[in-house]
Formats: sequence, structure tokens, C-alpha cells
Amino acid sequence: MEKLVNKRRVTVTVNGEERVVEVEPRVLLAHLLRQGLGLTGTHIGCDTTNCGACTVLVDGRPTKSCTMLAVQTDGHEVRTVEGMAQASELHPIQEGFKEEHGLQCGYCTPGMMMSAMALLERNPDPTEEEIRWALSGNLCRCTGYQNIVKAVLWAAKKMQPAVTA
Amino acid sequence: MYPARFRYEAPRTLDEALDLLRTYGDEAKVLAGGQSLIPMVKLRFAAPEMLVDINNIPGLGYHRETAAGVLEVGALCRHVDLEYSDILAERRPLMASAAPMIADPIVRNRGTLVGSLCHADPQGDWASVMLALDAEVVAASATGRRVIPMAEFVTGPFTTTLLPGELAVEARVPAPEGTPFGRYLKLERRVGDFATVGVAVAVDLSGGKVVRAGIALTGVGGNNIKAVAAEQALVGGELDAAAVEEAARLAAAAARPRTDHRGSADYKRHVVRTFVTRALESSVPVAA
Repeated sequence: MEKLVNKRRVTVTVNGEERVVEVEPRVLLAHLLRQGLGLTGTHIGCDTTNCGACTVLVDGRPTKSCTMLAVQTDGHEVRTVEGMAQASELHPIQEGFKEEHGLQCGYCTPGMMMSAMALLERNPDPTEEEIRWALSGNLCRCTGYQNIVKAVLWAAKKMQPAVTA
Repeated sequence: MYPARFRYEAPRTLDEALDLLRTYGDEAKVLAGGQSLIPMVKLRFAAPEMLVDINNIPGLGYHRETAAGVLEVGALCRHVDLEYSDILAERRPLMASAAPMIADPIVRNRGTLVGSLCHADPQGDWASVMLALDAEVVAASATGRRVIPMAEFVTGPFTTTLLPGELAVEARVPAPEGTPFGRYLKLERRVGDFATVGVAVAVDLSGGKVVRAGIALTGVGGNNIKAVAAEQALVGGELDAAAVEEAARLAAAAARPRTDHRGSADYKRHVVRTFVTRALESSVPVAA
């Protein structure tokens, strides 16, 4: 190709760690995470901005990583499913999905959990309706929604500060 | 999917962005929320030579009311900002009801109202809302600014009157002329799908009479349609059951739906009529 390879240097914080990468502008955030950084927990589903499987948090907000250029994350903070568990300790949301059988094939699960994470950070005690609303951009083709909602309710309960008498 | 190669600039000031747009003309596309543009370049429906990313330009994320009551929405104001806006909740009922219906919550975190207008998808929701409210788009270029009425902004599917070198920096919604009422109704097969039919209704009441009426339709024509005859039928009178019925009939007559996988033309026209009735009856105090 005679065309310029106009790679850009991008400094992005991924799961708390500062990463410096060089990317072509056409590389999507989902590509950077999966191929560039080996973080394959972020799944690419429809690749057309419909399904939400590739959802990550950019500056705390759920974002479809197939619909954002990697260069656009320069100077920003990205969180993926790999950042949820601490050491060997599952995050309460992950535990909730395990306890309530919140996944079947597992493909939508990382995106579901990232949307749930943003919801619980904003609203630690959501109603079932608020959970459904917050997850309405994440599609589950196994249609396991009922247990996904239960999983988030479970996590919200677990994450409530302990009430002391 | 990877887009074809493009050049990319992310200017830090509006002047820099306008200089780039002047240089690249119609080979450049503006990247704001990217929730339509990025899928388009991935699918290679669009292959711009240059993307001018405006996300690093400070001061474009606002929405605010002027002293005269005009609502100004900046080019980087995201749908989510409007969804949770106190200004909209208190004084812009049509916009407040439409914001949560745009796409899905994840898309709303990045997509912008102004970008949606510029994308000019005939199934876009905001264009109907803006048509119903007689909004304007402010276009800036390296040589100055002009204000384009919404009714003249979109000329066809995915086509606007923005010129090469111009950047839509703001949408402006005029002050209500009385107490504002309104609602957006949308029939969609699932969250995030395009509207099978969308109807935007805005009515300003003063002294029991309709002083201003706006009705616009989504998904039932090559563009969003402003149902002018239906609007005119409402202005000047009380909003009673007969007026609602007449406006709904005229709005349905203004629709130009096509039969497709979302429904037949007749069905969509029927939904327009039902939605105009329902939106008026549910949002405006109807006279006995």
C-alpha cells in the first residue's frame, strides 16, 4: 500500500494500568483491547452497534468498543471485564452471575457485567425495572434475561454497605 | 470489521477544526459521537479521506437556555445529557420524552443530537422532534456562521444543506409561546431498533387556546415529515376532541409510508393517526 501508515501514539489507562500503544486511526477500541492488548474478555458480537457484547467502560460510561476508534481513548480511562476480579476474588457482579445462573452461552456476559457495573456505581440500589432499563442495550440471544436481572439484584444486595446496629 | 484507511485529526479548538474542514472540503467528515458514522465507515457505506474528530474541542457539550428562553444544544451534547436534563424535564416536554427513546442506553452515552440531525437518517428521531419545535441549526465555517431552519436543513435521505467546510455547532430551539406540552411516541420492534413509526407532537397553550403546534413524523417517508396542515388545524382553537381527530387525520394524510419488513404502508399510516391522537390526548389538557 502506498498510502500512509499514519500510526498514532495513544496513552490510555486500561484497568488501572497506563498503556502506551501505537495504532492506526481505523483500529477500533475492540481491536486494540483484543488484539493489541490481549484482553479477549471483551467480545465482538454483531459488529454493527446493535448488540452491546463489546461494551466496556470509557471514563465510567458504558461504550460499545466496536463503535469507538482506539485513538479516541488517548488520555482516557477504559475498564474491561478483566478489571473486575481482584486477585482471586470475584467481583460481586461476577459472583451474582454465577450464583443466579446469569449466563448460558456466556457471549453477552462481559458486556452485561460492564453495563451492570456502571449502573451500580451510579445507583447502588436499583429496582428491577431500573436494571432492565440499564441493560436494554445489551442483547442476550439465549434470552436469559430473567436470571441476568436476578444476578444484578444479587450483586446490588451483596455490595450494600453492611448495616451496623 | 475494519474501516478503509482514513486520515484522522483531533483538533483542540473549533478554529483548527474549521481550518481542516476548509482544507479537505467534501473529503472530510466530522466525527462527533460516531454512533452512525463509525458503523457506516466499517460497512464501507462511507469512505471519507479525513475524519475530523471534534471530541477534544472544549465547550461544545452544553445545553442551556438563554435569557430569552431559547434552548441551545452544543455539538457534543450527548443524548444521555438530554435524557437526564432538568431543563428538559421542566420546560421541554417533547424533547424530554424523546431523549430516552433514542437508540439504546449505550449509544446514548456517546451519540449527539446535532450529529443525529447531520446524519439525516429518515428514521432518525431527533429530526422529527426538531421539526415539530421549529428548531434551527447553526453552521460554522472558516468564513463565518449561518443559521439554517430545520425545515430547510434536511433535503433527502442522509443529505443536508450543510456545505463542504461547514460544521454544525449548535441546534437552537425557540422559546415556547405559551405553556409547552408535548410527547414523542415511537413504535419499535425492540430497544435500539429504528422506528417503524415515530410521532413528535408539541403544543403551546395560552389562555386555553393553542398558540403554537408542531407535529412531525419519523419513518414514514424519504425524510422526516413536518405535518404542516395538521399543525395549522390546531392553531388558534381550543384543543378539544374534534381538533385532535382532525389533526390526526391530516397527519396521517401527510405520511408517505412504504411497505417493508417493519410493516405495510397502510398499517404505518394507521399508527401515525393513532399516535397523533394518543400523544395529544396524553400530554395536553384536552378541552371538554
